[in-house]
Order: sequence, then structure tokens, then C-alpha cells
Amino acid sequence: MKYVISDVMTITKRQLLQLARIPELLVFSTIQPVMFVLLFRFVFGGSIETGQPGGYVQLLMPGIFVQTVAFTLAATAVGLAEDMKKGLIDRFRSLPISRGAVVIGRTFGDALLNILVLTVMATAGYAVGWRPTSGSLSIFLAFLFLFMFGYALSWIGIYVGLAVKEARTVQSVGFLVTFPLTFLSNAFAPTTGMPKALQYFAEWNPVSTMVAACRELFGLKNEFGATASSWPSQHPLETSLLYMFLLMVVFIPLSIRKYKNTSN
Amino acid sequence: MKSVIAENLVKTYRNGEVKALDNLSLDVEEGTVLGVLGPNGAGKTTTVRILATLLKPDSGIATVAGIDVAKHPDKVRELIGLSGQYAAVDETLTGWDNLVMFGRLYHLGKSASIKRADELLERFSLTDSARRPIKTYSGGMRRRLDLAASLIVQPKVLFLDEPTTGLDPRGRQEMWGVIQELVKGGVTLLLTTQYLEEADQLADEIAVIDHGKVIARGTSDALKKQVGGERLEITVDNTDIHKTQEIVSRISSNAIHTDVRTISAPVSTGSLALMEALRALDEAKIHPLDIALKRPSLDDVFLSLTGHVAEEEVIAQPVKKKRGGKK
Repeated sequence: MKYVISDVMTITKRQLLQLARIPELLVFSTIQPVMFVLLFRFVFGGSIETGQPGGYVQLLMPGIFVQTVAFTLAATAVGLAEDMKKGLIDRFRSLPISRGAVVIGRTFGDALLNILVLTVMATAGYAVGWRPTSGSLSIFLAFLFLFMFGYALSWIGIYVGLAVKEARTVQSVGFLVTFPLTFLSNAFAPTTGMPKALQYFAEWNPVSTMVAACRELFGLKNEFGATASSWPSQHPLETSLLYMFLLMVVFIPLSIRKYKNTSN
Repeated sequence: MKSVIAENLVKTYRNGEVKALDNLSLDVEEGTVLGVLGPNGAGKTTTVRILATLLKPDSGIATVAGIDVAKHPDKVRELIGLSGQYAAVDETLTGWDNLVMFGRLYHLGKSASIKRADELLERFSLTDSARRPIKTYSGGMRRRLDLAASLIVQPKVLFLDEPTTGLDPRGRQEMWGVIQELVKGGVTLLLTTQYLEEADQLADEIAVIDHGKVIARGTSDALKKQVGGERLEITVDNTDIHKTQEIVSRISSNAIHTDVRTISAPVSTGSLALMEALRALDEAKIHPLDIALKRPSLDDVFLSLTGHVAEEEVIAQPVKKKRGGKK
């Protein structure tokens, strides 16, 4: 349909307009990641030994970046569930617009918000001593990776939002999934201290491979890996790309189909 | 020509346990208003959702402007407007933002969307609040905006699902005014309501539904006739009750019903009976507190058709329940 692009843009624009109309939303979506940066930097930063020049914050920032974009899953899911509850999705579905436009538009909106959040976090990180040492191309690639990871997770969020429907439940489900995922990883502490089974999980955890990939792109050695010999630890970039590809291949068609078939 | 046709719609939930629609059939003549009247859970919303392409029936056929809603939902969506039970607009955006957004989604150009938004805001007396987030609107204003959103492209058929549920009396009056204006403009409208008075006010024809079925169908007047003719109702002081009953018994040969201080009886001679009663009361020097010739209300209709009153009326007007129960 020739209107697909304009439909998607209208839906995306709606989310940006929300931010313009209620600027507090913007503050709330950026305050939590910034708080995490500060808390981890000053609470753990002093006691975690790293062989890294520049200290813990260098390892921490990629971890927090990944954690924050991982929360996109919950953000997308909650946003969609709220729209459904308020009947807005019903109205959209009664309009002559292309099938995927509403959900695609939402994933774009959430992705654009991520750009903003990442920018604010990078600034906060810089302020507390984070200094990536790689070149600007690598740094750009790292952020592109983060952006894509958030986008891929957004599509799971669409599915969760449509399946669970109740915004509050969605919120809990989102956190129940993303919290363990981000902590059972190399994001904040070395995986070597974990029990064997968890170590294994942490190594294959997409959050770990993403964090490791970003650390590499920011010019760090990935110190928090457990056994450097495992495949995902050796090839974090490739593994992460593979994960993102799989997520999108599975969840984009699944979520669009779910949207078409879902009603309150 | 029929603009809307539903034939033997069946919709069950939870693997057939709950039957929302049980062979429901109805139709709406082009340019007329059909009021679908029923209590909560009767199947009103399910019907609207099927007709508006939001839900697929388990079986049965529904067409809008001759187009099968299940087979060509996209075509149907271009012809309909839908306004639901709750205001389905983005509350964080302003009224203007919302209408422009919906205009864009109806594929009007940018300037056409803006023009249409301004027109509709004006028409629904929302111009002053156009730049405020919907959050700050009153219930009535939200409904008007929601209705405006469903009128962006002149729909051939408009579905209004309980347009005044939850509004205060003033909001309801305003909404009725707006809907009456639309009806004058010749729109084909299917309106659901649990308010008997609302169907009476707005609809050309009424379909009463209960437990997923149409149990009666006709004009408001025809439905009232189905229940019975007019009643003479006189309210008097306690001391005059006995005498008044005597007078009424001379006018009406039917059963007289006394409820506290109100005496009522079916009459067949219309206003003549009223005049006769007044003369007799005057002669007897009785000053009635109230005297009226009453046509049966839709409450009575509902009760006599379903054996139970429409939910809300049970608490609000127990008197009517008793009276209608005699049928």
C-alpha cells in the first residue's frame, strides 16, 4: 500500500508529540539510566578492582548502555498495552491504514527515544570519567549496535504488550525478564564468581555478548568474560548480530500477525 | 437499501462457554438510526465490534454498504466511523493534535487534515480547548472529540457504542444534541445504549437485545404498543385515595393499581379519559397533586420482553419494576 510510510510516520510522530506536550515524560525516561550510571559508578566503582586504565567506569558504561536499551522491551510493551486499554488501538484498527503501521510506528518512536536516552547517558558517563579510547568510527558503531539491539527487543515488547494486555502486568513481566537478563551477564561484575550453570548462561546471554561487543568497540579488553575460550566470548560482535537478526526474523512477523488478530 | 446487515451472528468466548452472540440478526436502512438497546453483557459491544471489522464472528455474515466485513475489512474501514464506549483518543495530546493525526491516518493531506480538524473542533464547540491535552477535558468534551474523530471523512455508516455511558446529565444532553444534528444530516447510524430514554430520543427504530439475541424490533411507538396502551395516573393526598379510586373505576373497566398515593389504570379513550377524570375530581373537590396520561415507558417494554429490567433501573426505580410486572 502506498500509504504505509506515511502511516508509520504519523504514528511515530504521535510519540514524539507526546514528549513535546508533556516534557516531564522526557525527564522520567532519562532520569533512571542516569541514576544507574551515578549509583554504579560511585557505589561499586570504588570497590571493584579492574586492570583497566580509567577504572570500573570504563567497563560499567557499556553494561549500563546495554541494560538501558534492554528496558526498551518493557517500554514498548507498556506503551502498547496502555493504548489497547484506552481503546486507541481499536480506533486505529478501525481506520483504513496498513496493517503493520501501528506497531512499526511504535517501534520507531521507541527507537528514536533511545537515541536521546543514549545521548544523555553518554554525557552523564563522560561527566563521571568514562573515556572510550577507540576511534570515532568504532564508537559510532557501538552506538549503532546498541540502537539496533534496543530496536530488536522492541519487537518482543510488541508481542508481550499484545499478549498480556494489562499495562501493570506488562510492566512487571518486562522487569521480570529484563532484570535477571541484565544481571546474569558480564554487565556489572565478572561472571567468574557465578556458579557454573549461571556462568554458562551468562556467556550465551545476549546481554553479555552485547556488552562484550560494545567494550571491544569502545577500545577495552573484555575482562568480565568467564572463559575467554567459549565461542560467544571470542566472537561477541558476530554473536550479537546473530541474536538481533534472529529476534527480528522471529518477532517482527509474529508481532504483526498478533496485532492483526488481537482484540480486547 | 440496507446499509448494515447482520445475519445470524454467533460469537462465543472461552471455547464456547460464554455465548456473546446467539444468532443475532439485524439491519439498518440507509439514512436511518437503529438503536440497539440492551443491558450490560447483552452483546451490544460485540455486535458493533464485528460490524466495525474489529472482531470476526464464529459464524454468520455481516455487511456494511453491501461489503462483507469479514472478507473485505479494508474496504469497510474506508466507509465507517466508530466511536466507542471510552474516548479512544490519545490523552497526552491536544484535541487538535488528535484530529490532525486521525486526518493523516485517513490519508488526507497535511493541510486538509488541519482544515478538517479546525472545522470539527468548531462544530463540536471545542475550539477553545483545542490546544489543551485531552487529559484536561471533561467527560462530555472527550466524547465529543471522540465522535469528531470518527467523522473526519464523512462516514457512510456511523457506529456509536454507548455514546453517553458515564456522562453526567448535562454531558448527556449535549451529546444528544450533537447526535441529533448528525442525524439531521442524514447519516446512517447504529447506536447502542443501555438507556431506554436515549434510544427513544435518538433512534428511528429500536432493536432490543438480550443474551446475544434480538428479542424485539420496531419503532419506539410500536414497541410501546406491544406492551399495552395508555395509563391514567393520578397522585392525590392520602385522604382522597379512596374517592379517587372510585372515580377511576368509573372511567376504566380494567384493574386499578394503587401505589402509595398514585392510582393508575389502563384507559382506551386517551385524552377523553383524562378530561373525564379531571371533571369528576373537580366535582368531588379533590385537587390532584399530579395527573397524567402515560404511555408505557421503554422500561415497561424491556421488562415485558425480557422478564427483567435493564440493570440500572432496578435500583433507581423499583416502582416501575412492580408495575410492569403485571403485564
